[in-house]
Amino acid sequence: MSVDEADAGACRPRLPRGVRLKHDETRGEWLLLAPERVIKADAIAVEILKRCDGIATFDAIVDDLAAAFSADRGQVASDVRALLDELAAKRMMDL
Amino acid sequence: MNAAPREIPKPVGLLAELTHRCPLGCPYCSNPLALEPRANELDTEAWLEVFSQAAALGVLHVHLSGGEPAARSDLAQIVAHCANVGLYTNLITSGIGLTEARIQDLAVLGLDHVQLSIQDTDESSADRIAGYEGAFTRKLEVARWVTDAGLPLTLNAVIHRANISRASAMVRLAVELGARRVEIAHAQYYGWGILNRDALMPSAEEAEAAIAEVEALRAETKNVLVIDHVIPDYHARYPKACMGGWGKRGLNITPSGRALPCHAAETIPGLEFWNVADHSLAEIWESSPAFNAFRGFDWMREPCRSCERKTIDYGGCRCQALALAGDAREADPVCHLSPHHAAVAEQAALSARGAETNPHPAYAYRRMRQHAEAE
Repeated sequence: MSVDEADAGACRPRLPRGVRLKHDETRGEWLLLAPERVIKADAIAVEILKRCDGIATFDAIVDDLAAAFSADRGQVASDVRALLDELAAKRMMDL
Repeated sequence: MNAAPREIPKPVGLLAELTHRCPLGCPYCSNPLALEPRANELDTEAWLEVFSQAAALGVLHVHLSGGEPAARSDLAQIVAHCANVGLYTNLITSGIGLTEARIQDLAVLGLDHVQLSIQDTDESSADRIAGYEGAFTRKLEVARWVTDAGLPLTLNAVIHRANISRASAMVRLAVELGARRVEIAHAQYYGWGILNRDALMPSAEEAEAAIAEVEALRAETKNVLVIDHVIPDYHARYPKACMGGWGKRGLNITPSGRALPCHAAETIPGLEFWNVADHSLAEIWESSPAFNAFRGFDWMREPCRSCERKTIDYGGCRCQALALAGDAREADPVCHLSPHHAAVAEQAALSARGAETNPHPAYAYRRMRQHAEAE
């Protein structure tokens, strides 16, 4: 399921059990850990992923990010959608 | 040979063979032929120290494996400790020895993920491959307990002659069982696998058909299941980047505490392995002779040394080079540039010949004592 299929406004993205966002002290970087997978999370991805708590809707996450970083809402929405769809296809995000 | 490598990346994964005890007898087991008896196993405290050091060294994933890790009565304590020190904790299990209560306990203690092996989708074939009656039925129960406990499940199937016609059925079974990920891994020929090679090797046609069927399921299972497909390298043109490069990404610890660059490294003569009882994990990772033996590119011979793919596949698998070319420093003979490549294809054809005449060959089951002759 992609964000759009899940109804972008109402879906509440969350990292499923078995997928963890971790700040790795030994490497000094944020990592997304899943079974047999390690993905480096850049600063933007970290801000997005921290908000995927299964409570906030997609729209609320986008609003929050756009406000926090004074960014164009359309651009933020497309960045968030791209990341969540990519992770969902890897079973690293539940929508 | 022991020239200090320029920069050694931190290890990403640690595979802990907590024990070699296992109720199953799978004929392709990745454990060595000489299995460690219980008396040699590290005690609880020693394992906990290994995991503390692993986390400090930068290990991210820890794979609790065996043998069957559930054979250790301190499994819960080990899982709790791994979770406490921040390791992503994966249990690699046959399922035998786990109970619903034990799985729920592990989930509460912070286990991140369970990888459950499955031998076939056909019950009698599955039990025959495992050498354990009732294994298949039990595994289906275990899968349900795992997902009921809220734990993510990966189903792992090793593919060989006896089950290759059901490779795609394994993918469908994984979906039915609620797994989020499936590993379809064609048998690799080391240790028990090489001992049973003539009984395990499918024909090239069977392998191609199974690979195509599984690949075709990717679209259908998109967003439901991740398919990790390990295809057989005997028929390949280039070798695999074994272990992601020697001493580059991961390490194995045997039940008695020897640190190995890979499962089969002990088959390579002349390597000196250090034990966690004598050295810290950091010392072992950075300085032990075995880990430095094939790091970097200085050890390479031709055709690897001048090959532009050496940074991609690192010359392939050292253990396979030893097994098939007679020397661990040679190119992995799976590579078409290896002078031994033709012999690999011949061996594959020879081993697969039984596929036509003997679909249910006798296995030398993996057993604790000196391996028995094929029945």
